[in-house]
Amino acid sequence: MIKIANVSKHYGSFQVLKDCTTSVSKGEVIVVCGPSGSGKSTLIKCVNGLEPFQAGDIVVNGISVGDPKTNLSKLRAQVGMVFQNFELFPHMSITQNLAIAQVKVLKRSQDEAMDKGLKLLDRVGLKAQADKFPGQLSGGQQQRVAIARALAMDPICMLFDEPTSALDPEMVNEVLDVMTELAQEGMTMMCVTHEMGFAKRVANRVIFMDQGAIVEDDSKDAFFSNPRSERAQQFLAKILHH
Amino acid sequence: MGYQWNWGVFLQPSASGDDTYLGWMFTGFKMTIALSLTAWVLALLLGALIGVLRTVPNKTLAGIAGAYVELFRNVPLLVQLFIWYFVLPELLPASIGNAYKQSDPVFQQFLASMVCLGLFTSARVAEQVRAGINSLPKGQKNAGLALGFTLAQTYRFVMLPMAFRLVVPPLTSEFLNIFKNSAVCSTIGLLELAAQGRQLVDYTAQPYESFIAVTLSYIIINVIVMTLMHKFEKRIAVPGYIGGK
Amino acid sequence: MTYEFDWSSIPGALPFLWDGMKISLVITAQAVVIGIVWGTLLAMMRLSSIKPLSWFAAGYVNLFRAVPLVMVLLWFFLIVPSFIETLLDFPPGTDLRLSSAMMGFALFESAYYSEIIRAGIQSVPKGQIAAASALGMNYAQAMRLVVLPQAFRNMVPLLLTQAIILFQDTSLVYVSALADFFGAAYKVGDRDGRLVELLLFAGAVYFVICFSASQIVKRLQKKYHPA
Repeated sequence: MIKIANVSKHYGSFQVLKDCTTSVSKGEVIVVCGPSGSGKSTLIKCVNGLEPFQAGDIVVNGISVGDPKTNLSKLRAQVGMVFQNFELFPHMSITQNLAIAQVKVLKRSQDEAMDKGLKLLDRVGLKAQADKFPGQLSGGQQQRVAIARALAMDPICMLFDEPTSALDPEMVNEVLDVMTELAQEGMTMMCVTHEMGFAKRVANRVIFMDQGAIVEDDSKDAFFSNPRSERAQQFLAKILHH
Repeated sequence: MGYQWNWGVFLQPSASGDDTYLGWMFTGFKMTIALSLTAWVLALLLGALIGVLRTVPNKTLAGIAGAYVELFRNVPLLVQLFIWYFVLPELLPASIGNAYKQSDPVFQQFLASMVCLGLFTSARVAEQVRAGINSLPKGQKNAGLALGFTLAQTYRFVMLPMAFRLVVPPLTSEFLNIFKNSAVCSTIGLLELAAQGRQLVDYTAQPYESFIAVTLSYIIINVIVMTLMHKFEKRIAVPGYIGGK
Repeated sequence: MTYEFDWSSIPGALPFLWDGMKISLVITAQAVVIGIVWGTLLAMMRLSSIKPLSWFAAGYVNLFRAVPLVMVLLWFFLIVPSFIETLLDFPPGTDLRLSSAMMGFALFESAYYSEIIRAGIQSVPKGQIAAASALGMNYAQAMRLVVLPQAFRNMVPLLLTQAIILFQDTSLVYVSALADFFGAAYKVGDRDGRLVELLLFAGAVYFVICFSASQIVKRLQKKYHPA
């Protein structure tokens, strides 16, 4: 589904990504973790071309992201993405947020888009908030709406960029629950997150990044029971300490 | 002091005979409003376009827009006005320049004033629009693109509607400025409010009343514009954000 | 384009234009100094808890900001001088008009400076005054020693930008017959029938000065407030 091959990226002389290679098969759930500044957010943004990269290639569902001839908008419409800061559109109501891209990008009718949006809103447990505006919802609610908004596009896979790190602790689980459910339904997912409990529950593989490079790319069990690199061990020790 | 106050002067028939001095003032008032509003429309359209161009990834377009802003911001309004009014008609192809010079002088003054004020203000509007767009969280643009919007669609549906709301308060002060700046156009002979005030002094020999009346008119314009813009701000406020509920 | 440029009247007029430029610069300098001093006082009055002072400052600032500079200059050129002359019984023949216009210009610009300074003072966290009071300073000391130094450091770029705008505004003293740079350029152009060249020249000179100055301000801003 997603093939990342020898991807490198630099800003001037600073290398953000160093020769990253990995892949995600259909139905797989991959968790990407690592210390801040390790390049994990950059890597996931390269997958749908939000960040350009200078070397290597990424192929999503047979389409090359790095190819300048690729219609990136068309590709992105099939790849759902959820952001750290939710990024709902504050000037639109929740239903408008859910419908706008369906109507303008997928050319669905307004009614069809509304229908679909409301169904997904119900699924994330927020049907009652349909007519509110993003600024009137809690962070956890906003993030669930953002997931519904991405799902409304019928994505072939989902990218999560630290979806819970901007949330107050008591709201983290409501978002993780939605993500867990999604994983269990067989959605292909690539998640940048520090939530190791989530990783243990649903991930097939865990990728550990440090200083722009993929240091570890292992099955979940191997990663947690027996991380090979010292850096991953230190990282896990810090994060699992409490 | 020996000054004879006479507020009745405004009701006296004017020197031209067919009007009162109050009528003169009203004519000037209407000219100020007409000039400022038409120039404002021009400033908003051009300013929005230039401001957006300053934020696009294309370096050439952003550079051209930047040069435009610098040009109109670094030459005094009065100098710009004189250049539009005295210089430009000379530099146009003879046929157009002559047609312009033979047209109604009031039309010439109005056109030069409107274009001058409009372009001068557009540079300031552009700066505000750029600042508004740049102050949006960077993730908004990414979120739009990630949903499959093209860059143009992302501007249209995601960034501009929010930037527009952020920009309304600073634009209010530019809107007020355009009324004030329109007084500069009295220097090329356009009979707007300030010019009528000066004329009233010459004709009525009641300088205090004339200037007080004109000054009050500007204050009234100010108050009306501020009230309207405040209402407008409330109407477009986004629920859950500053200014909204 | 049929117009034939003839720039020959500029070189000979340079000394005269330079005199005009000196007047523009003097008006600018004078208005900047008065503007900052008077503007600071106005800002402090505005923020003061003594109501009449704060009302006066608010009224002053709002009045001057509601009225076009051209109108203010006309007031101070045509009306104020004769008022002062009758009031103080000056001997006939005294001409206060030019100094009055210059004063009007400075009073007008003070209103704008006062708003910048007020915002600057308000940008200093309230805890600073509390901390100064806790150290035993009175309000005036807290302002002078703690708040204003921080406020001015934050405001320097804005104050300089306003000085550039003010320099452009000086061209409007044209309405009061002061022979500033623009007035001088216009006179030469009118005299020689070369208005086109002189106006373009004046525009170019203003552009070069203001653009360079604003680039310097930008650089200062980057140096002191790296984003």
